[in-house]
Order: sequence, then C-alpha cells, then structure tokens
Amino acid sequence: MSWMDQADTRSCVLLRLGERRFALTAEQVAELAAPSRVFRFAHRTAEIDGVILRRGRVVPVCDIAERLTGKRLTNRRFYLIAARRHEGHIDWIALPVSGQCELIQADLTPAGSSDSPHVAAWISHGGEVIEVLNLNELTPGMHSSPVTRQAEATPEVHPQ
Amino acid sequence: MRSVAEHKPATVRTEQIILFRASSEIFAISSGSVQEVRSVDSVTGSPVTISEPSLTKVRHALRRGDKNIYIVNTATHFGLRASSPALIFLLRKSRVALLIDSIEKMTTMTRLQALPGAFCHQERVWYRGLTVLDQNVIPVVNPNGFLTADELFLLDAATGTGNVPELAGSRGAELSV
Repeated sequence: MSWMDQADTRSCVLLRLGERRFALTAEQVAELAAPSRVFRFAHRTAEIDGVILRRGRVVPVCDIAERLTGKRLTNRRFYLIAARRHEGHIDWIALPVSGQCELIQADLTPAGSSDSPHVAAWISHGGEVIEVLNLNELTPGMHSSPVTRQAEATPEVHPQ
Repeated sequence: MRSVAEHKPATVRTEQIILFRASSEIFAISSGSVQEVRSVDSVTGSPVTISEPSLTKVRHALRRGDKNIYIVNTATHFGLRASSPALIFLLRKSRVALLIDSIEKMTTMTRLQALPGAFCHQERVWYRGLTVLDQNVIPVVNPNGFLTADELFLLDAATGTGNVPELAGSRGAELSV
C-alpha cells in the first residue's frame, strides 16, 4: 500500500504560487535555491522555461503556476528543486515559487477519484485545505514516449 | 609491489567541439562529425533548389559522387528566427550539410550531460546532451538528428537521381577540420 492509500502523518513543504499555497512531500524536495540565471536554448517542450545550473547539474525550470492558478508567476523569488522518480531514475526539476517555503508535519488524506490528477493528497493546515501535488502529473516527461524511452537509456554520457 | 599503472591518475576523456551560431543561439557539434567547412559563396549557383512544402528547412542539395547532400538550414530546423547563414558544415559519413551563421570557436568538453527527462519532444532527437562551458549551458547537436531516413527518402524522390549539379570546385574547403 503506498503512502497515498491511507491517511498518514508526513513532513511536507508548503510553497506559495501567487496567492495560493500548495504542498509537496518533503522527501521530494532537495533544496530551495535563490534565483539564478536561466539558460535558454531551442526546444519544443512548452512547459519548460529553460535550465539553471545547480551544483554542476543542469536542472530544467518548469513554471507550474499557470496550470495551477491560471497565472504565470511575475515575481519569482526562489526555485524549489524537487526530485521526480520514474522507472528507477531520479530527475530533478526547478519549480519557481513566489514566497518562502515552510516545512510542516501534517496528516495526509489520499486524493479521491474525483480529484484532479495533479492532486496526490490533501492536508489541512492553518485553517486551509491544501493540495499535495503530484509532480509527475504536473511536469512533462514522466510518461514514457518513444523519445523519452530512448533518452532514459543514457542518463549520463561521456565524450567519445 | 604496485605497478606504475595503478598510480596513474584517471585520464579525463575529452572531446573537441565546434561552437557555432545559428540565428541568435550558440550550439556545439563534435569536430569529428564535421568533414569540411565551406563558405556559402563557394557553392553559390551550383545547388538545385528544392521545394518540398513539408520540409522547408531544406532548400538546396549538392551532388557528391552519386549521392545528394541536403543542406539543412539550422535556424529553421530549430525553429529560430531567420538569419543570414554564411557557412556550410559538410558532415562526415552523412548526406546532410548544415547552413550556419558563423563559427564562434573550437574548444574541448569534458562532460556531456544527458538532456533532462523533462525535455520530451523533438529536442531529444536534436541533441546528444548539454555541456557547460564558461558557466554557460550549450546544447550539443546530434549530427544524425537533422534529417530522418523518411525525410531523406522524400528528398531523394523530390530531387530525383542525377539532376543535381556537382559541388562547385573539387576541394576548396575554407577550413578543414
């Protein structure tokens, strides 16, 4: 039984996107990074703004605010670096957030069948009911396609 | 007694690359993938115009032996703003040539990072990965990612055999790599 199948007390990170707050389970979060230069190059994945360099690693930047709140973030204060796990691989992604994040303990209520796919669970905190996000649904590249499968075969390559 | 080889530091594997500009962006390509660099002027007048609506990135072909070499406009391929290409990369063991704006420099990369999984569209075919040079992230192009076998077949059908003139001049490379 996964953590989503039953109510469970977990560490969660609260993040702010515009006026709304959302949560991620703490185990998905690596760090909160200060704004840094976004490198852009030609690509076709519309959800990705570009990449940042973090500890020598290239991390794609994905603004999930538009999908969750209907508005793109205008004042990005930090990047929340989160891990996505997919078929044995860990893939890092930087989520622009508009305020300080907060680590809390909360009881998770699993999402129901009528909830949106991006909702993994719910928590209640400070009189607010907050969505715990399912990053695999919110960010691109987590559903295998011929091109992503091809790439997964070579997570790191070295010069010939 | 330990052998000398055991004390030898691990050698860093490197790859020589060419940084080039297409439209407003900088890309890298392995120098081993480039057979020849020519000025656009050196082939003026010789290529045949190709008008294949589904492949607007290819407008010209050259003839080498009994094969056509298709010239891909790199800026169009990557969906970038039209530019003024000045050079052509003829790729090694390939039927593809690249129309580019300019060469920035030749350098060496020591690490090629796989494209993050969040990039999940055509860029996975376009690039071998990303490299970091002087605190800049540079995409390293996949020389096999410019034309698919189907596209080459389509272009062969559009041009036919033997109707493309020979490449002007027998050698005449502006810069041999």
